[in-house]
Amino acid sequence: MSTETDVKRLEGEAAPESTPGRDPGVDIGAALRESNVQQILEELDRELVGLGAVKTRIREIAALLLVERLRRQAGLEAEAPALHMCFTGGPGTGKTTVGMRMAKILHTLGYIRQGQLVVATRDDLVGQYVGHTAPKTKEVLKRAMGGVLFIDEAYYLYRPENERDYGQEAIEMMLLVMEERRDDLVVILAGYPDRMETFFESNPGVRSRIAHHIDFPDYTHEELMSIADLMMERQMYAFGGESREVFADYLRRRIDQPHFANARSVRNALDRLKLRQADRLVRQGGRVPREELMRIDVADILRSRVFEDAAAPPAGDKES
Amino acid sequence: MRITQGTFSFLPDLTDEQIRKQVEYCLRQGFPVNVEFTDDPHPRNSYWEMWDLPMFDLQDPAAILLEINACRKAYPNHYIKVNGYNTTKGRESVALSFIVNRPQSEPGFRLDRQEVRGRTINYALHSYATEKPEGERYKPRGRVD
Repeated sequence: MSTETDVKRLEGEAAPESTPGRDPGVDIGAALRESNVQQILEELDRELVGLGAVKTRIREIAALLLVERLRRQAGLEAEAPALHMCFTGGPGTGKTTVGMRMAKILHTLGYIRQGQLVVATRDDLVGQYVGHTAPKTKEVLKRAMGGVLFIDEAYYLYRPENERDYGQEAIEMMLLVMEERRDDLVVILAGYPDRMETFFESNPGVRSRIAHHIDFPDYTHEELMSIADLMMERQMYAFGGESREVFADYLRRRIDQPHFANARSVRNALDRLKLRQADRLVRQGGRVPREELMRIDVADILRSRVFEDAAAPPAGDKES
Repeated sequence: MRITQGTFSFLPDLTDEQIRKQVEYCLRQGFPVNVEFTDDPHPRNSYWEMWDLPMFDLQDPAAILLEINACRKAYPNHYIKVNGYNTTKGRESVALSFIVNRPQSEPGFRLDRQEVRGRTINYALHSYATEKPEGERYKPRGRVD
C-alpha cells in the first residue's frame, strides 16, 4: 500500500520537471511522418480524379485532427470538432464514392473509433405508422455509432406536400443525435444541389448543424478521360490504336446530350463497350491472343447510338 | 444485502468506462448485446424485462451505453443488467452478463422454514423487496408517493 502511494508521489513530482520553464514546442513534421495522413492524401490523389475542393477539405480536416492531437499533448483542451458534412453535386460526380472513402479516412485519422459506414435512405429511417419512425431511426443511428452514417438523397426525408409525413420526426431525431453525440458518429448528407437547397430551406436547423458543405463540380472533359483511363486500367482493358481519340470524341458528344451523369455515364459507356467487344470477338471466332481480349477497337465505339444521332443531323442539336 | 449475480458482482460496481470496455469486448466477439431490468431480486428470477430491443449489428459500445443510460434514467431504482449472447452454433447462450445498476438500498432476504410432514422442513427464500407490488419496490429512501 505504502509503495503504491510512494510511486504516485514520485510520479507527481516528476511531472512538473518534464515541462521546464522554456517551452520546447512540438514537432509538427515528426507528427506528420508518424501519422499516415500523407499516405491517405496521396492515395486520394491517385484514385480520385479532379474533386479539388473535396481534397482540400479532407486535407484541412486531416491537418486539424493532427494539430488537435498535438494540442492535447501540450495540455490544450478543446472540444472535438463536429465533422458532419453535406455533399452536393450533379449525378455521377463522386458523392457516394467519397462518402464511402470518408469512413476509412476518418478512421485512419483517428477521428472515429470503428470506421464502419452505414448507408441509409428514407426507407431505413422513416416508418409507416405512428410510433414506427423513432425506433427505426434510432436503430440506424446506433448501428452507425463509432462510424459514418451516409444518407443518400437526404431530401426525400422531408416531404412538404404531406404534413403528416413521419420524415420530420426522423430528421428531428437525427439532429438531436448529431448535436449530442458528435464524437460518436459523423453524418454525411448527400444529394443534388437544387433539391438539397429546398430541403435546407424547409429545415433550417439541419443546415446550421452541418459545418462542412462540400460542392462536387461537374467533371471537365479531360477529367472524364482520366476517369475512363483509370477504369479501363482497373478492369484490365486497353484502348487499341485510334480508339482512345474516338472515345474522347464520343465523350465530347455525350456531354452535350441530356441526362449526362459524369463518371457514371463513363462507366456505363465502358460497360457497353465491353459488351460490343465481346460480341465482336464471338462473331469473329477462332484463336485470339491475350492482347485482343483486352483491346477495345474503334469499331466497338463507333457502333454507339451517340455517333448514329450525330450522323443524321449535321450539328447535334437534336433532343434525344 | 448486496445482490451478487452475474459476472463481476463481487467487485465494486463497474464505472461507465469499465462497462464500455466490457461491452466493447462483447461486440468484438460478435455477441449481440441486450439490456434487461427488474425489481425482483430473487436469484432464480431469470425472466427480466428487456429494455428496448436486442441490439444486433452494432460496432461501437457508445450505442449500448446510450441505451444503458436511457434505462437507468427510466428505472433508476431497478436492477439493470447487460447480457452478451454468444450466437455460435452449439453454444447459443448468454456468455457474459453483469449488473450495471442497482437500487440505492437493498433490503435483502429472509429464510422461511416450513414444517411439513414428518420432521421435514421446506426452506424458502423470501425477498423483502417483493412485499410491495411490482414497480413500487425500491423507492429511494425518504421519498413518499
